[in-house]
Amino acid sequence: MSKERKMTLTIPREEFMSPGHLACQGCGASLAMRLALKGLGQRTIVCIPACCWAVIDGPFPHSSLDIPIYHCAFETAASSASGVRAGLDMVGDTETTVLAWAGDGGTFDIGLQALSGAAERNDDIIYTCYDNEAYMNTGIQRSSATPVGAWTTTTPVKHYKKERKKDIIGIMAAHGIPYIATASVAYPEDMVKKFKKAREVRGTRFIHVFAPCPAGWKSRPEDTVKLARLAVQTGYFPLFEIEDGEKWTLNLKIKERKPIAEYLKLQGRFRHLKEEEIALIQQEVDTRWAKILKSCGL
Amino acid sequence: MKKVIMGNHALSYGAMLSRAQVIAAYPITPQTQVVELLSEMCADGTLNAKFIKVESEHSAMAACLGASLAGARTFTATSAQGLALMHEMLHWAAGGRMPVVMGNINRAMAPGWSIWTDQNDSLSERDTGWIQFYCSSNQEVLDTVIQAFKVSEKLMIPSMIILDAFALSHTYEVVEIPEQDKVDRFLPPFNPPWRLTPDDPHAFGGLTSPDHYMELRYKLQKDMEKVPALVEETGKEYEQLFGRYLGQVEEYLCADAELVFVTSGTAGYTARVAVDELREKGIKAGNFRIKLFRPFPFEKVRAVLSGVPRVAVLDRNISYGHHGIFYQEVKSALYGQPRSPLIFGFIAGLGGRDITRDSFKEIADYALKKDRAGEEIVWIGVKK
Repeated sequence: MSKERKMTLTIPREEFMSPGHLACQGCGASLAMRLALKGLGQRTIVCIPACCWAVIDGPFPHSSLDIPIYHCAFETAASSASGVRAGLDMVGDTETTVLAWAGDGGTFDIGLQALSGAAERNDDIIYTCYDNEAYMNTGIQRSSATPVGAWTTTTPVKHYKKERKKDIIGIMAAHGIPYIATASVAYPEDMVKKFKKAREVRGTRFIHVFAPCPAGWKSRPEDTVKLARLAVQTGYFPLFEIEDGEKWTLNLKIKERKPIAEYLKLQGRFRHLKEEEIALIQQEVDTRWAKILKSCGL
Repeated sequence: MKKVIMGNHALSYGAMLSRAQVIAAYPITPQTQVVELLSEMCADGTLNAKFIKVESEHSAMAACLGASLAGARTFTATSAQGLALMHEMLHWAAGGRMPVVMGNINRAMAPGWSIWTDQNDSLSERDTGWIQFYCSSNQEVLDTVIQAFKVSEKLMIPSMIILDAFALSHTYEVVEIPEQDKVDRFLPPFNPPWRLTPDDPHAFGGLTSPDHYMELRYKLQKDMEKVPALVEETGKEYEQLFGRYLGQVEEYLCADAELVFVTSGTAGYTARVAVDELREKGIKAGNFRIKLFRPFPFEKVRAVLSGVPRVAVLDRNISYGHHGIFYQEVKSALYGQPRSPLIFGFIAGLGGRDITRDSFKEIADYALKKDRAGEEIVWIGVKK
């Protein structure tokens, strides 16, 4: 409990995101950006590829952010950010933080090559993936971040997703980059703290943000934070950090994990699952949780 | 200072003298020496630039665009498959008005694998909104890089400097390397009218409704239309400083010609020799080399070719199901013009097959015999 008390940091009151954006009700991704910018501050440039955020920001000539935005091509969040970093350095601005802000499709799938390239070069950028576990902006198609068992428009109930979610953290850890963290919109203090910390680290930093999507998950908008919290409390999306690819730290220890069924039952995308299928998902969560605890030396 | 250098190094020297600040590139034959020399220049401090060694051409262009939008002068080089992989980002560069300058070594597209020259790679990018210069000597390559930065940055439109694989990229020629202080006088530092900065935050390239999109494209076209005059103006300014004029086209003995070859790239060099030999035989031939292909130099084409009896357009490319691309464009420029010539279209040299003086003699034989110019494609040197 002492650890939790330590996390009662004051979240900056300053807002870098204004009302009038185009996010859906209960959008986890919009909450994620609001919190991330509280951690990073105004001296930030963000590269946003094709994803919900390409729309959320608002149509030309409007923008809901107080920071400069480069709307870049789908697979180029990382490479665009690398370019912006190099360009800023050459024009004498070494202070501004360069942020790549992509969805799971732009990170796990189409943008993975460019992300791996930037990470291998250890380019000085913060890459954030806000993960809503499918191509939500195009209308809920499966991505390699979609979990086992989920319905999407391309994994219909009769043939729901059978493949495991890609282990993006494992992939990024294998690059040995200086800072990796998971964060959740249900834990704003932890999230803001991680973005603040990432801002001070040099090299490639990767933050994986869990961002529920009521429209795509068929959940109630008012349940977004509840779902994000349950994802952590069930061990489905643990909060941890990896420094230099090796030093793992579990940020939130959970003594008694809640059953995954509690998390699944609030979402229409899992409505078709039978008990035995839920049991299999529970097994997978247990296995991954044990693995992460082991990595954290617990 | 004079140096004997290969065409690829002419690109590197051009980028160095232009003080490119960010270079992002991926290796591909026959472009590699461009980036190898630039890597050395960055490493030993000859050039103060960041070189991002990306994992693909797509990322190369993406990184260049990010750097350009941050306010840095950017350069890259590629060829064939690499250019094709960049395709999406070429639209992004022009549509986003990011004045990157890129060298492209003309190489035939696979399959089958070819590393030898033809123009289908760059001509497939004709409609992406890039300025395209086709060069015929190493000196022209170097000079045009410097000029292209000036033109591109003034109009915020990217430029492609194009040279033939091996015939130019790996061919050594004597090149006058301009003095840095004179280049600096010609080309001031990049100072874009807008940039990514937290001091003045804007969103670039966001969702654009039908109420706004068309005006962005209209403005791009309007600025494209300013390129020919700006090429002339900067070409003359360059001549005053360096003694070499850089124009849109190169005319060789066209004034009294009964037959004018229309050429581009190194074939334009060979054509001049063929013209001399034909003239020795009493045939009044001329050569009209198109250097600036996008935007198309309509005025020059009309001024020089109207009134010429016969025009023979040589294409080292093909638009399948239509014809050679320069042929189409020359015809469209002269359509409905007074004293429009008979225009014949020839395709030669695909995949690096040699275009020789004899090729031009064969072309001349054909074009001088025919009384009508039809739609037929005349293939030179093909085994049927």
